[in-house]
Amino acid sequence: MERIPILKMGEYLLVTIQVDMHDRLAMTLQDDLTSKIVTARSKGVLIDISALEMVDSFIGRMLADIAAMSRILDAETVVVGMQPAVAITLVELGLSLKGVRTALDIERGMALLRSRIDARGREDAGPA
Amino acid sequence: MASESGNPLDDILGRDEAILLQQWVEGQVNAPGFRSDRTSRQEVTDQSRRFLSLLRDAAKSGETDIDAPAWLGAREMLADLSSARAQQGFSPSETAIFIFSLKQPLFDRLAAALPGDPERLAQATWKINAMIDRLGLYTIEVFQRGREQVIVRQQQELMELSTPVVTLWEGVLALPLIGTLDSARTQVVMESLLQRIVESGAPIAIIDITGVPTVDTLTAQHLMKTVAAARLMGADCIISGIRPQIAQTIVHLGVELGSVVTKATLADAFAIALKRSGLAVTRVQPPRRGDSQDAEQRSAPDRNEN
Repeated sequence: MERIPILKMGEYLLVTIQVDMHDRLAMTLQDDLTSKIVTARSKGVLIDISALEMVDSFIGRMLADIAAMSRILDAETVVVGMQPAVAITLVELGLSLKGVRTALDIERGMALLRSRIDARGREDAGPA
Repeated sequence: MASESGNPLDDILGRDEAILLQQWVEGQVNAPGFRSDRTSRQEVTDQSRRFLSLLRDAAKSGETDIDAPAWLGAREMLADLSSARAQQGFSPSETAIFIFSLKQPLFDRLAAALPGDPERLAQATWKINAMIDRLGLYTIEVFQRGREQVIVRQQQELMELSTPVVTLWEGVLALPLIGTLDSARTQVVMESLLQRIVESGAPIAIIDITGVPTVDTLTAQHLMKTVAAARLMGADCIISGIRPQIAQTIVHLGVELGSVVTKATLADAFAIALKRSGLAVTRVQPPRRGDSQDAEQRSAPDRNEN
């Protein structure tokens, strides 16, 4: 069965979506990613969608859902490289993905993840 | 005579072409709307002669519907003529007079060709009248279409002109908006801004609305959409150039700007953008005396404007 690979890089997970998403693929990704976060005890997830040229409301919601699920599992999610056409479509669909963090490219996304995780580490330490 | 072919129009055109042409040209030149500055008698005569021969080809077929293939030549010639006149700045009636002034000479010839047969005369007159009217309407339609094309082209040019995305600094884009924002324009604005964000990889974009005369709920919604789309791509938007009246309107309309950063001037927005990029502007050295006087004089009018 077709699957989207999830790469583990240290404490981060890296997902690059290279094919057009269909609903079943999206559901599989959601399952795989949530279990991988738990087994690998990841602190951050980076989803690269720069090759994604078409989205529908389902895929849009799936992105938001993945971000929300990861947050519950104590991992930050950053979506990077969204194409203008995709962004316009999502906004027109009324999906502004409020809870999802975004960055222009992988490098900036990684930097954002790191800074978020560092900030959270400080918060967890509490007032010393 | 009408019995020759049962088609009075064809007969007249065949027999009396010379006199028809002469009367027709006369009618056009003497019409009140004749533009002697844009066209000449010679040109009108050539056009009329060409049209008469095309009209004869069409009439020979016996077809009265001007949409029929037999009328293609006549239609094309009328279309060319009327779009050419539209571009030359003729008014619609000055263009339509070409075809409508053919009525009088045609009816005169018709009356001469069918003496003592009022019934057939009336019938033929009615047919020709209907045909000329349709040709006239067709001319006006083409004329209108020509004008509309000009308007559409100008709109497009205006749209392209009015949405430049400028790079203020490495990683800082600015989009100075001028004029009213409607849906079509917002689409262009949004697309060009997002495209530039992708190309330049700039994480900060400033949308300056100093030149937007009024902001209503729709405009605000369009702006919010652009900001949301940029955020999805990973870039932050700052809205600047909000005038006091616009701030009042936005609040009175109950528009929720949410977490969008807004600044009164482009300068403030730029300062924030630099700060976020980890940059700062500092004075390298205190201004020298001689220079400072010059600088003051030069900057004095600027300060007044502000």
